[in-house]
This record gives sequence, structure tokens and C-alpha cells, in this order.
Amino acid sequence: MKVLVPVKRVVDYNVKVRVKADGSGVETANVKMSMNPFDEIAVEEAVRLKEKGVATEIIAVSAGPSAAQEQIRTALAMGADRGILVEHDGVLEPLAVAKILKAIVAKEGPALVILGKQAIDDDMSATGQMLAALLGWGQGTFASKIEKDGETLKVTREVDGGLETVSLKLPAIVTTDLRLNEPRYASLPNIMKARKKPIETVKPADLGVDVTPRLSVLKVEEPAKRQAGKKVGSVQELVEKLRNEAKVI
Amino acid sequence: MAVLVLADHKDGGITQPTRSTVAAAAALGDVHVLLVGEGAAAAAPAAAKIAGVAKVLTGAEAPVLAEPLAALLVAMAPGYSHLLAPASASGKNVMPRVAALLDVQILSDISGVVDADTFIRPIYAGNALATVKSSDAKKVITVRAASFDPAPAEGGSASVEAAPTAADPGLSTFLGAEIVKSERPELTAARIVISGGRAMASSENFAIIEKVADILGAAVGASRAAVDAGYAPNDMQVGQTGKIVAPDLYIAVGISGAIQHLAGMKDSKVIVAINKDEEAPIFQVADYGLVADLFKAVPELEAELAK
Repeated sequence: MKVLVPVKRVVDYNVKVRVKADGSGVETANVKMSMNPFDEIAVEEAVRLKEKGVATEIIAVSAGPSAAQEQIRTALAMGADRGILVEHDGVLEPLAVAKILKAIVAKEGPALVILGKQAIDDDMSATGQMLAALLGWGQGTFASKIEKDGETLKVTREVDGGLETVSLKLPAIVTTDLRLNEPRYASLPNIMKARKKPIETVKPADLGVDVTPRLSVLKVEEPAKRQAGKKVGSVQELVEKLRNEAKVI
Repeated sequence: MAVLVLADHKDGGITQPTRSTVAAAAALGDVHVLLVGEGAAAAAPAAAKIAGVAKVLTGAEAPVLAEPLAALLVAMAPGYSHLLAPASASGKNVMPRVAALLDVQILSDISGVVDADTFIRPIYAGNALATVKSSDAKKVITVRAASFDPAPAEGGSASVEAAPTAADPGLSTFLGAEIVKSERPELTAARIVISGGRAMASSENFAIIEKVADILGAAVGASRAAVDAGYAPNDMQVGQTGKIVAPDLYIAVGISGAIQHLAGMKDSKVIVAINKDEEAPIFQVADYGLVADLFKAVPELEAELAK
């Protein structure tokens, strides 16, 4: 089966973002960008499925600026076979991305789409579920384990209080949680090989998708800063402060 | 028009994050509460008593799956201006699906309600707060419970009715669940939380934190580093990609204070950090910092609290 893996270009998780002085957003110029960490887990899972002979071809797709090719190349270096860039410079909300992906699915016919459970920039945690809805497919979100079983996919999910297991009819959507796997680092030979793998570029309009945002950002602010408190010298002093000063125990 | 809150319930009670969601919803219209899943009817009286709830609707007593639940919410949507759920595992699973079926952009994890169209939500692990205005006719929302004081559990006297039904699209089946039974309070509802980080060094070592938790009646959490290392289950993860907590007291043990962890706990009223590295960033947000080896300090803390 073909597996589609969407990857998002985001501000690297190690970067402490700064809010722009005019309150219009956060500073992204000259900031290190990377593949969204949960998407790396998604690529890794697809590559493992291919290594097991379950997946036949892995297509990495990114919707974003032309520079998102870098994240597609990373996916190709990890083991994806080819890439598709849906080039768009403005804001793409999860609903718009889900519509773009729906159009790609219609063209490519994958039996499985594996997405990160959440992008660490907008923290929406929505694209996978939205794509499942638009396609009328089942969804296995926050997956910690997946197993193909004939024409179904068994997904173990991280839920409040523990784990839950569901069986999905294929084709289906999976979103990745932390414990699904540990993504590999691409080796230098694989990085070289990835340079030769094809990336096709299309525009949302080519796919017939209207990506007009539904949300307008009125302002972006920094949250109230916490002041560092004091150091205490001993456990006894700590407990005394918690009892008599903070009065929380 | 009324607003609909999809509730999380457990053992005949309504979760505190659901009551926080009711509080957020109350600013938007008359609140109706939908209960589905095993134990829905048993939890209906508790939902009816929540202050500010006008009506309780109970649905099928079967394991909750995203696809049929989304179909039900879409079927009920014409009667409501806003559909809300706590940003719990269940709410985060189903609400974006509902939003896409209604062709609206979800508003995830809101931390403030400005007006019926305008909401505040944290982005970039809570390092920025965006005020966004939705142009969609209907709003589908998940609520960051830690940002809203829960609606009182008593004071309401809502009517209870059966929810409408919707056809199951038959895309998935429930195979089973392994839910850990715990006597401790829920992480997202606890008044006190004590969390361990990578410095705990093993899952067995979490026992020293659990002893303190039991004395304080606290919930136990963990940093992503501790979860990644296999010392704690993912369900205990506090942070950007785990649970968001804002207890009266948060005790961080052996946690360095990565941005992603701070995102999950920096709104706690009082923060205590115990770490042997005095340069650890966690001290920059802690009200009380103790530079000490946790394996010495935590047993001492247990002994001191037991006095």
C-alpha cells in the first residue's frame, strides 16, 4: 500500500520564539526551521512499514513556502520515495491543509496517511482529524502502536488514564504520539541519495482548493512573565514557607 | 442560541475540565451538556447539578469512537451557535473532525473568550497568546481547562433528556482499553501536582515522589524527558504535547525546565523546584527553589511533611 506522510516546516523546537513588537505575530525571520517533531515520527513509522514490506511507496508532502522543500528532503533522506510541495506563502490553517491533502489523496490513492498529532507552532492538533472527516475515513489519533491486520489497521492510542485500542477500516488516518517510535537520523549517503529523489511542486489553486483563512489574528502578545522567586536553604525551610508564607499545604 | 458542551465523565461524575468548559461556554449562551459513552446516564444527575447548565442530553451507552460521535455532534449542530469540549484526549480527538464536517476552522485549546466570535489561544508552547476572530458561522472549540475556573458542581437543576441519534458510519471498532486505576486525583484537576524529570533515573525511583504525593493528596506528573526515557507513562506527561495543569502548588523534581515543560505548568499558583543544578531554567519560574540532590531532598520532604 502507498503511504502519504505530510510534513510541516516549523520553528525549531529549541528556539525560544519572540513576539513581534507590533503584535502581528512571532518573529520567524532568521530563525532556525525544522520538520515538526511529530512529523518525523510519522515519517519514521512509514519507513518502518516499508522495511516490513507493508508499505510499497512513501510520499512526503508539505504545504507551505518554497523553503519547505528542505523538510521534504529530510523526509526523503529518512526513506520517503518522493515528495510533493504544495507551495503557498500565506497562512495555511489546518482546515485548508486538510483540503489540500484531500486533493493529494484523490490523486495518489494512498491506503494510509500518517500525520504528526500536533504542530509545535500553532499547537492546533487538528489536521489529521480534519482530513479523516473530509475523506470519510476512520481515524486513529495519538497512536503509540500500529499494526496492519488484513484490510484493517489496529491502532493503540494514548488516552487520558491509559491506552485504548481501535481497529480502523483501511484506508485510514493515523496521528502520531511520542512513544510510537524514535525517529532515525538520516545517514550521509541517504542525504546524498535524497537529492536525486523527485519533488513535484503544485499550487493550492492547481488542486482547486480555496485556502482563505477563517481566523483573523487580531493581535499576538507575550504572556505575563513569571518572576523568579527565592532559593531556600533546606527542606525544612521549604516546608515552612509552603505552610506559612504561600499557605498552599 | 444555546451552546453545546461535550462532557467527559468518569464513575458517575463530571470531570473538572468539563466544568471549566461549562464556565467558558456560559459566556456564549444557554449551556446544554451532552453525555455519551458507558456510564452517561449515571453521570447525568451530576451534570444537571452544575451551576449554569440548562439541559443535559444523554446518548448511547457504548464505547466512544470519534467517527460516530462526530456524526452525532454534526446532527445536533443546527441547534447550537458554539460546540465546545475540554481539550482532553477525547475532545481533541473528536472536535476537529466535527469542525471539518461543518466546514469550519476549529479553535483549539482556547484560554480566553473575548466575545462570541473572538477567542484567545496560546501558540508556540504558550510563548505567545493569539487573539483570533473567527469568520465561520458556527464555532467548534476545545477549551484549555486550566485557564477557566470550573463552574460550581452544585447549584444547577437542569432537565435531563435523551440525545438524538445518528448513524454510525462504521469506520472503526473499539477493541479495548487499559486504564490505570489510581486513588490519586486526576492530573488536570489536582490542587497539588508533583512531577519528576529525567533526573529520576528510573521508573522505580518515582516511588519516592509517589510517597510525597500520597501525603499531600497530590497527583503525580512527569516531564517529556522522563516519558521519553520510559520512566513514566505518557498519560503523566505535563507540557506542550501532554497535559496542561495549573494547580495551587506544583513541585518540579529533577526537571530542568525546558520550554515545552514550562508550557504545561507555568500558570500554577506556586511553583517549587528541586534540582541539583542551580543554573537549571526551572529556577527562573519557581517561587521557591531548592538546590539539592533529589534522592536526598525528596525523602527529607516526605519526612518533614509527615511531621
